[in-house]
Amino acid sequence: MAKRPQPRFPEPHTEPFWEGAKQGELRYQRCAACEGVVFYPRQHCPACGADELEWLVSKGEGTVYTFSVVRQNRMPGFIDLGAYSVAYVDLDEGFRMMSGVIGVENPTTDIAIGQRVRVEFEEQEEGEYPIPLFRPIG
Amino acid sequence: MASERTAAIVGIHEYPLRVAPGVSAMNIKVDSIRAALRDAGLGWGDVDAIYDAQDGEAGGGLQLAAYLGIRPTVIDTTQVGGSSYQFHAAHAMRDIAAGKCRVAVLSYGSTSASNRVAIGTGGLGRGGPANWQQNMEAPYGATLIANYALVKRRHQYEYGSTDEQFAGISVATRHHAMRNPEAVKAMTDLQFVGVDEITPQDVLDSRIVADPLHLLECCMISDGGGAVVIASADVARDCRKPPVWLIGAGEATKYRENGGDITTSAAAQSGPIAFAEAGVTADEIDIAMIYDSFTITVAVCLEDLGFCGKGEVGAYVENARLAFDSGEGPALNTDGGGLSSNHPGMRGIFLLLEAARQLRGESTSQVPDARLAVAHGNGGLLGGTHTGGTVILAKD
Repeated sequence: MAKRPQPRFPEPHTEPFWEGAKQGELRYQRCAACEGVVFYPRQHCPACGADELEWLVSKGEGTVYTFSVVRQNRMPGFIDLGAYSVAYVDLDEGFRMMSGVIGVENPTTDIAIGQRVRVEFEEQEEGEYPIPLFRPIG
Repeated sequence: MASERTAAIVGIHEYPLRVAPGVSAMNIKVDSIRAALRDAGLGWGDVDAIYDAQDGEAGGGLQLAAYLGIRPTVIDTTQVGGSSYQFHAAHAMRDIAAGKCRVAVLSYGSTSASNRVAIGTGGLGRGGPANWQQNMEAPYGATLIANYALVKRRHQYEYGSTDEQFAGISVATRHHAMRNPEAVKAMTDLQFVGVDEITPQDVLDSRIVADPLHLLECCMISDGGGAVVIASADVARDCRKPPVWLIGAGEATKYRENGGDITTSAAAQSGPIAFAEAGVTADEIDIAMIYDSFTITVAVCLEDLGFCGKGEVGAYVENARLAFDSGEGPALNTDGGGLSSNHPGMRGIFLLLEAARQLRGESTSQVPDARLAVAHGNGGLLGGTHTGGTVILAKD
């Protein structure tokens, strides 16, 4: 089981996102005034400045915008993972999140920009919050 | 040239060692300030402005002023990562122009190598109170190098730039480093495998740190530092060395945006501001001092500053085209850069130092009759939140 770092609280911006993760929901915000998609979570809309944001649930499908396969790191929680990917995923609702692509045999050869992926919540060895990662579709 | 000449670099010093055990960051800063003032022919009592990036043990302009025992009329503790010193130079220009000060000191000291700081292979810190960025990114293990690798991957996808082309940056920079005795000593003291010229194949054969970035595309982690003295025109005229004029500066930020283009950096905003103020264009530049944390940093900044079109940097840098003796383009990072000479964590000050050396005729890879230089710093994470600071410098 993976040992990825857990989010820490109190942290008011990201708490609804992580409460969603516990329920298997990938949540994002939308501005009530300009309808712009807001991500990462904020208390105002960076596009129009309005402060009324609503939380929505993403379908969890998107496209790999870019990625890297990390071969060397000194971070606890990742040293035992072997080569692992870090990716920006563009969700179909229009937001981009940092995540990783999992469920491939060889991350160096089996991940590609433009690849379609779906969110999967990975349980961790320690902590109550599963981490949203992405697995290639089909 | 349209620009007004109100402020100039009059004193410089680069701390000679890259491995300095038993020395503190503050030692390096103060030694460097003393040497830079001597280079200018000025004394402690002349300094009336302190610009500080919150490096060293003391932290900030207030503590540095107290340590030095001076009473500055300007204190500026702008901390924007590696580009802090471009921001400081920009602020010194306008503070001098506004008559708020006459002699400004910028300094840097770091013992990253001796302290074994994992800059590139570490991730977001986990100390301090919980914060929103840590909570959204820490679970993914993006090392600093991986963040830059995200940009290189996308650039290669969009524009077909190749690893071999990017290697041209590493090769040219190493060529310059081998001519710089301090860089040679740096690579020796840091136990580089092979302190010698390199080929594109050497870069491709070096191990992958974060795919697609190879080891020889990554800067070193060193100790080191330096200082720069910037003075008003009236002071500059009486200094020991010819003034190196600051004729334009631009500052900008860039961050992760939904749907944004990761291959365009803050330089796309800071560059035009600086060039417009200076009244010059990229094709007039003789010396390009571009922050080389990684090859990809240089690549996107060259494009964004207008040295070549977006997506065209592969052909622009391949085969060490920007070596000082190639005669083909501006000379790139003629001191050996962060890749092969000096990178204690915030390289921005070294960009100013080598630009000044070139425009004085003091570089170890001197471009004959160098008249104009650009020093562009990139701070933070190229594939995430970062700053760009562009400074244009001119020979007297």
